[in-house]
Amino acid sequence: MTFINYASREINCKIVYYGPGLCGKTTNLQHIYDSTAPQAKGKLISLATETDRTLFFDFMPLELGTVRGFKTRFHLYTVPGQVFYEASRKLILKGVDGVVFVADSQEERMDANIESLYNLEENLRSHGYDLMKIPYALQLNKRDLPNVVPMGDMVSELQRKGEPVIEAIASSGDGVFDTLKAVAKQVLTELRKT
Amino acid sequence: MADGPILIREERYHEIKAVLARLRMDSSARVVVLVEKDGQQIAVHGELGDLDTTSLASLAAGNVAATGGMAKLIGEDEFPTLSHEGERESIHISVIGRILLVVVFDERSSLGLVKLRSKQVSQELSAVFAAIERDSNENDPESSLFGEITDEDIESLFTQP
Repeated sequence: MTFINYASREINCKIVYYGPGLCGKTTNLQHIYDSTAPQAKGKLISLATETDRTLFFDFMPLELGTVRGFKTRFHLYTVPGQVFYEASRKLILKGVDGVVFVADSQEERMDANIESLYNLEENLRSHGYDLMKIPYALQLNKRDLPNVVPMGDMVSELQRKGEPVIEAIASSGDGVFDTLKAVAKQVLTELRKT
Repeated sequence: MADGPILIREERYHEIKAVLARLRMDSSARVVVLVEKDGQQIAVHGELGDLDTTSLASLAAGNVAATGGMAKLIGEDEFPTLSHEGERESIHISVIGRILLVVVFDERSSLGLVKLRSKQVSQELSAVFAAIERDSNENDPESSLFGEITDEDIESLFTQP
């Protein structure tokens, strides 16, 4: 939920990166963290297992600049992708302002993408949100791998409502900021309606 | 659809800051932070030093959400307070409706004192937050400020150095 503080002239929004296990959600955040100036970001918090799988969430605050004299700060979260962390995933979506779905482009992960997207819709609904109305972007990640599904097929399978679709290689940063920009713009556009 | 934004007007912010300052003094705490249940920091008071209160707010909310989930599994609605005692520094969290009151304290205070003082201000904080929610639901002339945000304003955020 967007927080507007008139005393400190700040707008705070929450964006959640969602998707199946090992699709690259944490890699997206890691790239944003590594390529942002120190004064624009806070710490990157990763609650991960010993094998670096997300256990609860990753979190980083990112300051983008000012709009109408208000500092805009985005709180970026990832969810744990593995199926059995369902309870945690649901908790993290609470109060979300925008969602990025990170899809794994590899052929063998298409079923996992579809399942995770369905799970996202369910979990949003349980908090009273509707994927069709919430700011949302679809990232097709790992486009550099040899066995990827053609973009058109992925779009017809995963696109829900004409949301922006961004091809990405999160490990090298390609498409990472374009994805963030696509969802952040929609979140700020929502503010106009308040 | 997500609820509308929470608007914190200056006077409310100062009311909250005054309560936090009083709580901090009465409980001899190091830092007091007020956090919304979704992890957004509302206000903070105390000896911050290099304490990263943004991360603290997010983790406190995650902590409360996780223990709240456990509470439900055993048939409780939620656990209204959480305490974490360290060797030198400790944290006490009270759940007050939609807000979390996080108190960081050291050997200058005690868990009992922090619990007592936190409880004493909880009604007051609850009332201020209810007023914030009312403000957020009202048609605020200042909020038209955001209605005037242009595509260029948004675009400029991504081109600022």
